[in-house]
Amino acid sequence: MIEIEGITKRYDATTVVDDVSMVIEPRTVCVIVGTSGSGKTTLLRMINRLVEPTAGIIKLDGADNRSVPGYELRRSIGYAIQGHGLFPHRTVAQNIATVPVLLGWDKDRIKARVDELMTLYQLDPQAYGPRYPHELSGGQQQRVGVARALAAEPNVLLMDEPFGALDPIIRTKAQEDLLAIQKRFGTTIILVTHDMEEAVHMGDKIAVMDAGKLVQYAKPAEILANPASSFVETLVGASERPFRLLSLGRVRDAVEIGSAEGEAIPGDASQRDALAELLWSGRPALPVKGTDGKPLGRITVDGLVKRAARPA
Amino acid sequence: MRGAPERPTGEGVNIRFDKLGVVIAAIAAYAGFLAPFATFRANRIVPGQARSILEALPATTAALLLAIIVAAALIALFRTPLVLRLAASVVTLVALALLIGVAGTFLTPAGNTFARVSPASGFWILIFAFTLLLADVLTRLNLSPLARVGVLVVAALAISLLLMSGSWDNLSILKEYFNRADSFWAEGSKHVTLALGSLAAAVIVGLPLGIFCHRVERLRAGVLNVLNIIQTIPSIALFGLLIAPLGWVATHVPGAAALGIRGIGTAPAFVALFLYSLLPVVANTVVGLAGVPRAANDAARGMGMTDRQRLFGVEFPLAFPVILTGIRIVLVQNIGLATIAALIGGGGFGVFVFQGVGQTAMDLVLLGAVPTVALAFAAAIILDAVIEMTATKRRVETA
Repeated sequence: MIEIEGITKRYDATTVVDDVSMVIEPRTVCVIVGTSGSGKTTLLRMINRLVEPTAGIIKLDGADNRSVPGYELRRSIGYAIQGHGLFPHRTVAQNIATVPVLLGWDKDRIKARVDELMTLYQLDPQAYGPRYPHELSGGQQQRVGVARALAAEPNVLLMDEPFGALDPIIRTKAQEDLLAIQKRFGTTIILVTHDMEEAVHMGDKIAVMDAGKLVQYAKPAEILANPASSFVETLVGASERPFRLLSLGRVRDAVEIGSAEGEAIPGDASQRDALAELLWSGRPALPVKGTDGKPLGRITVDGLVKRAARPA
Repeated sequence: MRGAPERPTGEGVNIRFDKLGVVIAAIAAYAGFLAPFATFRANRIVPGQARSILEALPATTAALLLAIIVAAALIALFRTPLVLRLAASVVTLVALALLIGVAGTFLTPAGNTFARVSPASGFWILIFAFTLLLADVLTRLNLSPLARVGVLVVAALAISLLLMSGSWDNLSILKEYFNRADSFWAEGSKHVTLALGSLAAAVIVGLPLGIFCHRVERLRAGVLNVLNIIQTIPSIALFGLLIAPLGWVATHVPGAAALGIRGIGTAPAFVALFLYSLLPVVANTVVGLAGVPRAANDAARGMGMTDRQRLFGVEFPLAFPVILTGIRIVLVQNIGLATIAALIGGGGFGVFVFQGVGQTAMDLVLLGAVPTVALAFAAAIILDAVIEMTATKRRVETA
């Protein structure tokens, strides 16, 4: 659990982060979203003390984050940034091993962990371990960056626009991979982005920041349904709201009894994708199948349209 | 390599000129036929008489040399295979080196120990022209750094062999050498000690200063400006400026005089070279460190590296090729500048240069100048190779 209590950061006369308080539950993904200059990155960097706050306290599992030296604190927290920040003079394996080496793990343990992470990220350790970062594609570099952040099995992972430099197709894949790994390791992730789409997709909770202040901190559905201010409403995007709301739900939760003609939609697809498929195929309803391929029922345009309406 | 579009057939042989070759052939033609090959003087200080190739060598040898020059110039002139050009340049350079020695023996009257024979402008220009051809071939061959150092070693060995064989013993520069064999090596080692010692001192002081300037932004402009101003002081003026303070130190600081610190001599020369060396070392350290990707630095801090771990583990290795470039500049610059140290009694090859100027004995000037140029040239080739190897290591390893 991460408790942020009354955190303020001032540079001379300008207040970058203004009295922010929030609690991030363990094993969840918290997305901090805001425009550039909103203080979201500064807030993130105060958690691992890359930036020291002017006032306020941050507690990690109950302990003040100033109770250990900054560099020791940072070794216990994963950190991944936009443009990956890989060390160009070190191989992929050496890059991933950075924090374990700093922590003084023994060689066998480091090698085992590096191999495990590379395999997890679909990079063959034999083939890619001895390569240098500039020999990898952008997507591969990003994966190595995240693997490096996770190397020392941190409970908390901080990510500053980790997918910012990726093209849309690779970005979607990277987001899915990250969510899968988050479930597997139970890591608490705090992710900074300016992309509301990404925030709604990734976050268990979303923190919206504007001019240094925390404007709203709630579940995605709540943010979409009841934006706390006109700023949040703009950020959500009025024309996108219904589709973002649908993207939060799974097809399986919107299944109606009955049958329909056409290609079946998987139950764990998002409702937004289902609506798109319905509109594109020009049918009022499509069958839904479970993961085992058995029919679950059908999904209808009318049903989805009702779900896309503003919650009461 | 693709040249101009092929002409339709039936127009005869397609002759194409090599751009650089045209220049080389023109220079070689002038130097071989119009410029004097050697200079003959009755003693070491009277004005010399020019001797062309035909006059300076026995008739058959002269004809052979002219034939070699003409053939090599033709090979350079047209677009010919690299191997042929390499052979032409090497053969011509070897022939020139051997035959200038023959000219020395041929022109010196038997038993005359006062007469002097020295290479004249034609010889030097021919050497220049075919070294240019050789350098061009070596560049086009795209040699690896180690191979370039290998070529340097082979050239050095060949020159040493020639010197030891005695075939140049009748040339005036070697006659000057035989008169000063002991002091030549003593001044040579002093020269190298001055150049390398001041470089080492500049690296020991300049690296930390550069790192400091990088970390503390407010200091950067100030320090670099001061070093810039030092760099603009003419070297002789700097020697003069140092006489008073070092003289004061020698008389007032106990033990300083015993260490060899005096107003004139090695100490001010060393200090001046050190001061000149600081700017390239500090500036390149600052530039190198500034060129380290921001993201890599941020990630290093975010991973929990201490400042020291970040400096030695990330910043320094990434800045190293740039810092090394600064060291290369300093080394080549110092080898040249150390010549001037002789003016204030600092020793080095400059001793011969200034003695020679004083006696209007050009051969003595060459005895100081030629080794200096050779040292600077060798230092540049070796350090360039090292820089290339450190910069491409990470690429080559996995290629």
